[in-house]
Amino acid sequence: MDLRLPSKVLEHIFSFVDSNEDRNSVSLVCKSWFETERLTRKRVFVRNCYAVTPAAVARRFPEMRSLTLKGKPHFADYNLVPDGWGGYAWPWIEAMAEKSPALEELRLKRMVVTDECLEKIAASFKEFKALVLTSCEGFSTDGLAAIAVACRNLRELELRECIVEDLGGDWLSYFPETLTSLVSLDFSCLDSEVKLSDLELLVSRSPNLKSLKLNRDVSLDALGSLLRLAPQLVELGTGSFSDKLDQEAVSKLSQAFTELKELKSLSGLWDVLPEYIPLLYSVCPGLTSLNLSYATVQMPDLVELLSRCSNLQKLWVMDLIEDKGLEAVASSCKELRELRVFPSGADVDETNVALTEQGLVSVSEACPNLESVLYFCAQFTNEALVTIARNRPNLKCVRLCVMEPFAPDHKTQQPLDEGFKAIVEGCKGLQRLSVSGLLTDKAFEYIGTHGKKLRMLSIAFAGDSDLMLHHLLSGCESLNKLEIRDCPFGDTALLENAAKLETMRSLWMSSCGVSFGACKLLSQKMPKLNVEVIDEHPLKTRPDSSPVEKIYIYRTLAGPRLDMPEFVWTIHKNPEIGVSNLAIE
Amino acid sequence: MSESVAAEHDYIGLSMEAAQMSDNKTKTRDNNNNKNDDVLNFKATELRLGLPGSESPERVDQRFLSLKSSCPVSGAKRVFSDAINGSTKWVFSPGSATDVKDIKPAVPVKEKKSSAAAAPPASKAQVVGWPPIRSFRKNTMASSQSQKQGGGDNNNSETEGEAKSGAEPCLYVKVSMEGAPYLRKIDLKTYKSYVELSSALEEMFSCFTIGQFGSHGGCGRDGLNESRLTDLLRGSEYVVTYEDKDSDWMLVGDVPWEMFICSCKKLRIMKSSEAIGLAPRVMEKCRSRN
Repeated sequence: MDLRLPSKVLEHIFSFVDSNEDRNSVSLVCKSWFETERLTRKRVFVRNCYAVTPAAVARRFPEMRSLTLKGKPHFADYNLVPDGWGGYAWPWIEAMAEKSPALEELRLKRMVVTDECLEKIAASFKEFKALVLTSCEGFSTDGLAAIAVACRNLRELELRECIVEDLGGDWLSYFPETLTSLVSLDFSCLDSEVKLSDLELLVSRSPNLKSLKLNRDVSLDALGSLLRLAPQLVELGTGSFSDKLDQEAVSKLSQAFTELKELKSLSGLWDVLPEYIPLLYSVCPGLTSLNLSYATVQMPDLVELLSRCSNLQKLWVMDLIEDKGLEAVASSCKELRELRVFPSGADVDETNVALTEQGLVSVSEACPNLESVLYFCAQFTNEALVTIARNRPNLKCVRLCVMEPFAPDHKTQQPLDEGFKAIVEGCKGLQRLSVSGLLTDKAFEYIGTHGKKLRMLSIAFAGDSDLMLHHLLSGCESLNKLEIRDCPFGDTALLENAAKLETMRSLWMSSCGVSFGACKLLSQKMPKLNVEVIDEHPLKTRPDSSPVEKIYIYRTLAGPRLDMPEFVWTIHKNPEIGVSNLAIE
Repeated sequence: MSESVAAEHDYIGLSMEAAQMSDNKTKTRDNNNNKNDDVLNFKATELRLGLPGSESPERVDQRFLSLKSSCPVSGAKRVFSDAINGSTKWVFSPGSATDVKDIKPAVPVKEKKSSAAAAPPASKAQVVGWPPIRSFRKNTMASSQSQKQGGGDNNNSETEGEAKSGAEPCLYVKVSMEGAPYLRKIDLKTYKSYVELSSALEEMFSCFTIGQFGSHGGCGRDGLNESRLTDLLRGSEYVVTYEDKDSDWMLVGDVPWEMFICSCKKLRIMKSSEAIGLAPRVMEKCRSRN
């Protein structure tokens, strides 16, 4: 008796399955489910662009409308991945142009995107609607102009912290008068001035515009006129908040803010002068997200502002907030889910010492929904970590950065092993953890024992020996991404736990003690992994015992990549395959 | 490049292999690593794992000192610093050529002024990628600080165009290189001579090639004059060319610097074999100008 559901019925059922994790499970049930699922998947996430080929993705998901890609490893954010390593968007765009011309959305993170890529997108995807580039580089404002001029149905254009060759603000004028579909525009990372008149025209013919993030160059005056044209904004990133305005202009601006009845998210606020902070008071009660991480506002002003933000769920701020400010947050922002505190100085020595572990403790005590924390701080204690874990067992993401490497508990001078033990033991749903401070192998034994749900782990300047790595690889069942720098490993733990690496997305190790021989051996044992040795100073002959600078290991179905630069070695490396041949001129 | 030279510039943390572990710690390294001890034995980066708190300030500082000296900010610049140390591969190493021993990282965008000094104070070490703050944030914060200081060193920044340009107009030109997947943009006004320009280009594009520039020993202390520069350029695998106002492609280095920056629209680094045809035209232009 054939019990299979007809595929039409299956399709209908699957249309309710949104999450890709669920869809992945669905596709493993049987062949017909695999087929039906793949024919109905519209949003495809490829979290490592080298794990699979563009052609394979296009082939498997013919109805794909939205593609999300991630390129470089996370530590590229901190300059640990040399320029030219890879992560090129071009092969993907080229392949999709040919095989998936109905593509509507492209979201890229940490990838190299050239003007040629942008021009290709503009030329190939007739229904293109959304381009979101996060931490990307390699393109100029000319490429943006190409997108602006050609994508008639553009809804989203967002550049989040990209490095853009800024050749001037003209690109904005390329949006045709017929373009009225814009929902989201973020050019906050660009330097140069866009013409206010172009921007005003664009905003006024975009009735669906919900999110507008300006760059620093947009003056306070200009902001006023833009807000009057778009009172329906839900997300606003201001430009510079420091021009001197006369009384009339200030009151007009204040009025404009009052009209923003839908505003939920506020960011930008570059160089904000204290006297302008009251302008924001009217929107505070409605805010769920506030990014003050570029606003050099002192604690008293921050307190005034934040005490009005009773609905705040996400707060990004600098250490200028100090412990006192965080106490105010604790008492006013009961809905807080995510807190990030960034250092205001670039150096350990410039860290604001009035921000200590106590600030985080206060917030953990008083904010019942707190699940995600990123905290830069000069020092910490085990006691504080234990308290935080006890207060907030629902934490999912804890990223603690004690600014000085190897810093022990500043009260007891002990390693922070016990503190992190409390975190992994108490926060049973912990998915992401970054550790810092003085840590011995014991800390990692605890993490291995208790961190069963841990998916991503970042470690720097920690541990004593190979045991550390062994604990993690053998203990953390859900481990998906592991990134380590400057820890004393050798080869043993890596080789002993080689099989684990196929269950993970990637492993990054730099300035550890892994030898070239171990990399070769690992490559031979594990053909489904790409073991990349990144070494900008290779010795002329590489003896097996020589240590390697950096390794990046990831599982892949695509085999060795063809665009490896000279400083990346894999076991497949053929001397003729060298620099990428993606020259654009 | 001798092995020991390479070793000195090896990555941070390597010394942990050479470290003498204290007796009360389990040693689980395999023996192969001990062979490295001779090559990698540099005391300054020795990791000693005594009880926490003992020796720690000193230990930390030493490590940072060596981290600082061996780790410039970005990958590309490390190749450059090898050049400074007498490798015959690179010729263009002005500025730092005067000071072979002291490997200063080419001033990364937002290093504290004090740490750009020759001997960094013990407590102010800079480690690559630490603290883990995104470059975008670092650059943004630094440029707002320097604005507050009234201008500051905006043009000292890296040339990827992140820094906010100052009041004076900038002369941004695109720089492309054959075989490189993307191009860069630089502000010609930040350089005062061909020498500075070439070292910047070298830094930017070194990741795409191990330089095959001919080794002309004894690069002058005060930098190269223009004709010497062009000789060297012509002797190497890559040449730098530019497109001038008349849309002609010329070899960089033929005309006086001031004239060059006024007429340069675009730069391109190409293989010398491709650039051979340019030479006669350059001569013609010079003749017509004279």
